[in-house]
Amino acid sequence: MVIFGTALLAGCYLLGVLLGDVLGALIGVKANVGGVGIAMMLLMAAQYHMRKRGLMRPETEKGVTFWAMMYIPVVVAMAATQNVIVAVKSGPVALLAAFGSVALCACVISLINRAIHRTGAAAAWQAGAPAAELD
Amino acid sequence: MLDKFVHEIADNQLVAAFAVVGIIVWVSNLLARHLTGGRVHGSAIAVLAGLALAYWGGLVTGKTKGMADLTLFGGMALMGGAMMRDFCIVATASEVQIDEARKAGWLGFIALFLGTLLPFIVGVAVAMAFGYTDPVALTTIGAGAITYIVGPVTGAAIGASSDVIALSIATGVVKAILVMVFTPVLAGFMRLDNPQAAMVFGGLAGTVSGVSAGLAATDRRLVPYGALVATFHTGLGCLMGPSVLFLAIKAIAG
Repeated sequence: MVIFGTALLAGCYLLGVLLGDVLGALIGVKANVGGVGIAMMLLMAAQYHMRKRGLMRPETEKGVTFWAMMYIPVVVAMAATQNVIVAVKSGPVALLAAFGSVALCACVISLINRAIHRTGAAAAWQAGAPAAELD
Repeated sequence: MLDKFVHEIADNQLVAAFAVVGIIVWVSNLLARHLTGGRVHGSAIAVLAGLALAYWGGLVTGKTKGMADLTLFGGMALMGGAMMRDFCIVATASEVQIDEARKAGWLGFIALFLGTLLPFIVGVAVAMAFGYTDPVALTTIGAGAITYIVGPVTGAAIGASSDVIALSIATGVVKAILVMVFTPVLAGFMRLDNPQAAMVFGGLAGTVSGVSAGLAATDRRLVPYGALVATFHTGLGCLMGPSVLFLAIKAIAG
């Protein structure tokens, strides 16, 4: 049943967010600490064990993959609800601080990733098939 | 007739949002295929179109939620809100190859720390250059350069004034939008073509919205790897902002 997959996803999401809140409270932060990341790891673990026991039927998988596929449309909706006006009209401090940090981070990412490339770790993955777009 | 149609949409906002986003994505795919010959990802155009519509929505209504402030498109707020975004991000974890993720574990960790420190330093430096000297204001603006959530959380914790908090939110929003727009453009330069690289990117670029939209527009398969690391970014920032980073700035500027 499709709903089992979606319910599994929902369970992992809620438990992850709860643990993120607890973690935040434990270290005294007024925010959720890695709740979504924890949820992702819970889902990976749950799927790994269920697949091994043959509990993950194709129908059940569909209840998860549908939401993974809905990801890009949701991001488009998110983009359409950003406060772009504030971003455009904000003064030079916001613009420069944002631009500077993005540029600096891009350079550091490039440095690190070029180092990874030299080790050849990336080669195997690139041979994989390109992802289907927006479907 | 038209009145009835408008009424119907206002009553079924979420469903209407599905339809509207479907149209945006469809048109974006057409543009990507025929205008750019497939060189630009359809999703990159769709995200840009979303931002343009958000600008238009903000212009028309003078409010803060982009298109969602127009009654007809109110459902966009639910569809594009944090709940749906995070739910779908978690779902993408089903595509993660655990061995690939494990390989970059420690790199993601380093990237997270750099991704908190570097933007903060840039933010503080820019604020200093514009004449801010108060350590509370400096820390809040620097924290805004981490993400637009870390900024206000830090500002509230250390007692910043509301205009400084607004400035830090603006910094974070501009950053998220820059990351959304420039990730596909800079993907080649950043060598963003494998899971490890995506995890490094997720840690350094931070902002979940920027990372997830940027990666979606670059290569959808990379989304879960980047998001897995990026979701710890805001938490780490909120942890370090009002504590270590504030104390450091106080020691230097105060």
